[in-house]
Amino acid sequence: MEKAINMNRPSSSDGMSRIDGRLKVTGAAKYSAEYAVEGLTYGVLAGSTIAKGTITALDTKAAERAPGVLAVVTYLNAPKVPGFQPDQKGIRAQLKVFNDNKIFYNGQPIALVIADTYERALYGASLVKATYNKEEHQTSLTDNFGKGFPPRGDGLYKRGTEDAWKSAPIKLEQEYIVPTNTHNPMELHAIIARWDADDKITVWDKTQGVKATQHDISQLFKLPLENVQVNSRFVGGAFGSALRTWPHEIVAILGAKAVKKPVKLVLSRADMFTSVGYRPHTWQKVGIGATADGKLTGITHQAYGQTSPYENFTEGAVNVSQSMYACPNVNTKYNLVALNVGTPTWMRGPGEATGSFALESALDELSYALNIDPIEIRIRNYAETDPENGKPFSSKHLKEAYQLGADSIGWSNRKQQPASVKKDGWFVGYGIGCGMFGAYRSGAVIKATLKADGTLHLQSAVSDIGPGTGTAMVLIAAEQLGIPADKISFENGASDLPQAPTQGGSATTASVGSAVYKACADLKTEFQKLTGNNTNDKPDYAQILKQHNLPSVEVTSKSDGGEGRDKYSMNSWSVHFVKVLVNALTGVVKIDKVTSVADCGTIISPKTARSQIVGGAIGGIGMALMEEAIIDHRYGRYINNNYADYHVPVNADIPQIDALFVNKPDPILNPMGSKGMAEIALVGMAAAVANAVYNATGKRVRELPITPDKVIG
Amino acid sequence: MESKESAIIPAIEPYVEDSSRRNFLKQSSLLTAVALTPEIAVKAAGLHLHEEIAAVFEKMPLKMEVNGKSRMLSVEPRATLLDILREQLELTGTKKGCDHGQCGACTVHVDGRRVNSCLTLGVMMNGKKITTIEGLAHGDQLHPMQEAFIKHDGFQCGYCTPGQIMSAVACIREGHAGSEHEIREYMSGNICRCGAYPNIVNAIQEVKNGGQEV
Repeated sequence: MEKAINMNRPSSSDGMSRIDGRLKVTGAAKYSAEYAVEGLTYGVLAGSTIAKGTITALDTKAAERAPGVLAVVTYLNAPKVPGFQPDQKGIRAQLKVFNDNKIFYNGQPIALVIADTYERALYGASLVKATYNKEEHQTSLTDNFGKGFPPRGDGLYKRGTEDAWKSAPIKLEQEYIVPTNTHNPMELHAIIARWDADDKITVWDKTQGVKATQHDISQLFKLPLENVQVNSRFVGGAFGSALRTWPHEIVAILGAKAVKKPVKLVLSRADMFTSVGYRPHTWQKVGIGATADGKLTGITHQAYGQTSPYENFTEGAVNVSQSMYACPNVNTKYNLVALNVGTPTWMRGPGEATGSFALESALDELSYALNIDPIEIRIRNYAETDPENGKPFSSKHLKEAYQLGADSIGWSNRKQQPASVKKDGWFVGYGIGCGMFGAYRSGAVIKATLKADGTLHLQSAVSDIGPGTGTAMVLIAAEQLGIPADKISFENGASDLPQAPTQGGSATTASVGSAVYKACADLKTEFQKLTGNNTNDKPDYAQILKQHNLPSVEVTSKSDGGEGRDKYSMNSWSVHFVKVLVNALTGVVKIDKVTSVADCGTIISPKTARSQIVGGAIGGIGMALMEEAIIDHRYGRYINNNYADYHVPVNADIPQIDALFVNKPDPILNPMGSKGMAEIALVGMAAAVANAVYNATGKRVRELPITPDKVIG
Repeated sequence: MESKESAIIPAIEPYVEDSSRRNFLKQSSLLTAVALTPEIAVKAAGLHLHEEIAAVFEKMPLKMEVNGKSRMLSVEPRATLLDILREQLELTGTKKGCDHGQCGACTVHVDGRRVNSCLTLGVMMNGKKITTIEGLAHGDQLHPMQEAFIKHDGFQCGYCTPGQIMSAVACIREGHAGSEHEIREYMSGNICRCGAYPNIVNAIQEVKNGGQEV
């Protein structure tokens, strides 16, 4: 008999296992580069070696002569992309790859070498020679604040009195820096592009949204939407890097057109630093003030984030200061600085992860200045309604989360005085950091087919980059219809399946799950029509179908974006507790214990939900302690563009992590009562680690990552 | 400030054309070809098929056992075991994550030992027994480590998973799964970006403590 699951604190073996687990542990799950398409050829990119300028000559002869090379595609000979928009004054557009000789960043694709084998394409790419007219580049954020500009309007937000913190009895102002973080999912971005006719194409492509990619390709190449088939059945992680269509996807499609054969293009790990976005290097300054009893009187939060020369990427880095705490006076400023780098993109907890490092660190500093427990200062400034717009929250149980987490981590063992606990040469410290992220929902369609053999098949275009979307959808349907989960299948990740939003912004379960919920209700209605009985909520569907001699009943159900956003502020919340050990001699930080508590509504799938919280916490530990993509500004080139030099957490860095859930339904967002959890799993973690390091050592590190040199420096 | 710069891409400079590896091989292969099969080779040379001939003679025979099945292949010396498995044998369960031996996604067993197949040239595998993730289960019956990974959710996206599982099996066989701490150390060559590490440790401990043969 199965034991009851503690839904506040599931273990790693609790709950239903992933529906695609078997495919993943046997190697049968196929990712984008793994389809044996007939006549396949291989493309390898050559990238620019300067960061700004123009190509004056391209010597591709040696590459073209190399054995097995079918074509060298460059701006000189590439088929035109009809959908590229001409430059317009003041409007920045995507990189028009292979369109002209302009170089905007180091590593920008300048040639695609296509050959009959991967090895031959790789060798061919090494033979492409470019001559440049080099111009002076800028890649340093902090050297270029003077070039900052607001992405829209004046980039300013104000409520109450501007800079009110300055007149507070207790106040501080500090700078906080988040370096460039790269998503670096384990699966390299990859695409196989095959033209099926002059106006028809199929791609197997790593994307978080097959419908969005289908739309982009259709627009760029002026193809009828239905003539673009995008497949992305399995996605080997993304964390935001596959939220948009990137230049290499366009390049592969151009290459396939040039050689009239399918082309497979797999980015190298080095390409992953330049070609598919990143969390932008962001400088922030926070001024914060409070009364002597710890009531916040003012927050001023400003940020400069980097973007590319040809595109404005914006994120809500300063928004977290507008809504996280009850504070009457808040003003924020957000500016961009265009540098010779590729365009950044959303990375797990986009904006909030960066902003919360600054806000949650500053609040921690204030708590020490006030000599108030860091949990207590958060409770004294708890926002019962959204201070930004006055709306009630659709649900907020963050106080309960504080309590659950504090009990679990053993907060009572924490000493308020920093650097006061030392054991066997290691300082011991505790820290807290909170996260929030908007709880979103958009329209989605589910096709559901209930067959006479008692099985249910659900179909949706949605990608599953790892959270276990299919597993959650099956569990929703199982509960609604009373059909055993092992009789339910979920098909996804192809553009010819029913409409679904791009997987991002923690909105998939709320969006697609609501469509599943609706489809189940519609199926029930169909069965009630058959039986004329609307009293039995979960009848024997198979028997009814047999009685009516029907092979199946099928519904296609649409769920809209939900209601209530005009009346409520909808957010997920998290609090992370960290216990660190810091070596007194070397400054090495070891994560000793982590408790992450999520207020993300009803938990639908305890096993995968727990994993998502654990995984987000680990991502946050990487952000806190290791991750930093470094550019050598002399050349504008990344110098640690590989897994050995760009450090991410490995198994030895990570202890057991307690993932806890408040598990109370949100009554507004969707009928399941769930809210998103992907972003809040990471948002707030970096500050929790920094705050624990301060508690352990008395050393405040305000520039991530917290490497030993900064701790002992 | 403007300056002209000639650059070679990527940063590794190819050999000067006349002394290149290819030309050397082309010439020596052609000589060998002439010695072995004069008519064909000379005719081919006359038809300017140097490259095609060079390509044939650049390949080397490779005989290895993969998942219990003997494989006779002809491979370029520069082809890695990883690319041979994925591109020639359609065994795509073994994953490419970095191509530099830094992430462990390509881990397979060679004669029972775990290796990074991206750092292993195919030609070094002559006579070796390779086990990939596709060869771990017995038919429909999953290996205990595969079962444990499913039970403890030792993955999310699943991309590092084959490498993790091959490493995990080897970790126990090597006697490096004696404690949670030891498992973490000996599993640190396999990166998981989704962050399934604690679950992976739990899965390995379950198999280790279950005492099943791995």
